Amino acid sequence: MDLKAHSAQIENSMVNSFAYSFQATELDARGGVGTVVERLRRMGLPAARVDDVQIALSEAVNNVVEHAYADTTPGDVDIGCNLDTEQLWISIRDAGLPLPNEALATRKPADLTGPREDLPEGGFGWFLIRELTSAVTYERDNGTNRLSLCFEVGNSCV
Amino acid sequence: MSLTSTMTDSGQIVTVNVERIDAAMAIQFKEDMRSETESGASRVILDLSEVKFIDSSGLGAIVAAMKQLGSSRKLDLAGLSPMVDKVFRLTRMDTVFDLYASLNDATAVNNT
Repeated sequence: MDLKAHSAQIENSMVNSFAYSFQATELDARGGVGTVVERLRRMGLPAARVDDVQIALSEAVNNVVEHAYADTTPGDVDIGCNLDTEQLWISIRDAGLPLPNEALATRKPADLTGPREDLPEGGFGWFLIRELTSAVTYERDNGTNRLSLCFEVGNSCV
Repeated sequence: MSLTSTMTDSGQIVTVNVERIDAAMAIQFKEDMRSETESGASRVILDLSEVKFIDSSGLGAIVAAMKQLGSSRKLDLAGLSPMVDKVFRLTRMDTVFDLYASLNDATAVNNT
C-alpha cells in the first residue's frame, strides 16, 4: 500500500469513530444527543437510521439523567460512537447508580388494554430502545455503567 | 406557553408551538394542556405539525393530558411527523389514540 492510500485509510477510520461528553442535565442531554446525532448524519448514516438513533439514544441518556444520577449532583455522560459499513455501536458511560440488579431487564410493551384512567404514563423508554436496536449490552465495572447500543446500518453508508 | 388553541365546529384545536416534547418539556406541556383544556369541547385535536421530536416522557405527557380530559372527552392527534408517528406506533399508542396525518384530515372527521 502506498503512503497516500495508507494515510487516507487512517483518516477514514478516524472519521468513523468519535467520542463526546456532556453533563447529565435535561438540557445538556438534549444538546448532547443532538450533537452526536448531527455528527452521525454528516458521517453518512442513512436518514431512517438517524431517527432511530435519536430516539434510542435520547431514551438511554434520559435514563442516566433521571435514574443513574438521581440522588447526586449530575456527573458526566460519555458517548462513544463507532460506525462501519455494517453496524453502528454507541456506548453510553456514566458514573452514577447501577441499573437495578446491575443487569438489563427484559422489557415488555406497556399494557394498553385497561381503561383509560389506568393507561401507563411511563415505562416506554426501554421498550423503545429494544425495538430500535439489534443488540444491547450492559456492564457495570468499577463504579461505571456502560450501556452499548447496536444499530444495523447495511451497506448504504460510509 | 407552549400551546395556543382555537374553537372550531369539529372541536377544540390545540396547537403545539414547540419542536420537541421531551423530558425537559414534558411537565410544562402537561400543565399547559391542563389549563388549555380545563373546559371546552368534547373533542380536542392536538395539532403536532410543529413537533419534530418526541420521547417517552413526551409520550407519557400526552397520555396524561388525555386522562385529564376525563372519560367523556376525546383527544385526537394530528400532523404527526415521521419520527413522532414512529414513536406512537412502536409503543402501540396508535391503538389508544386516533392519529391523523394532517390537521385537515382530523377536522374533516366530525366528532367521531
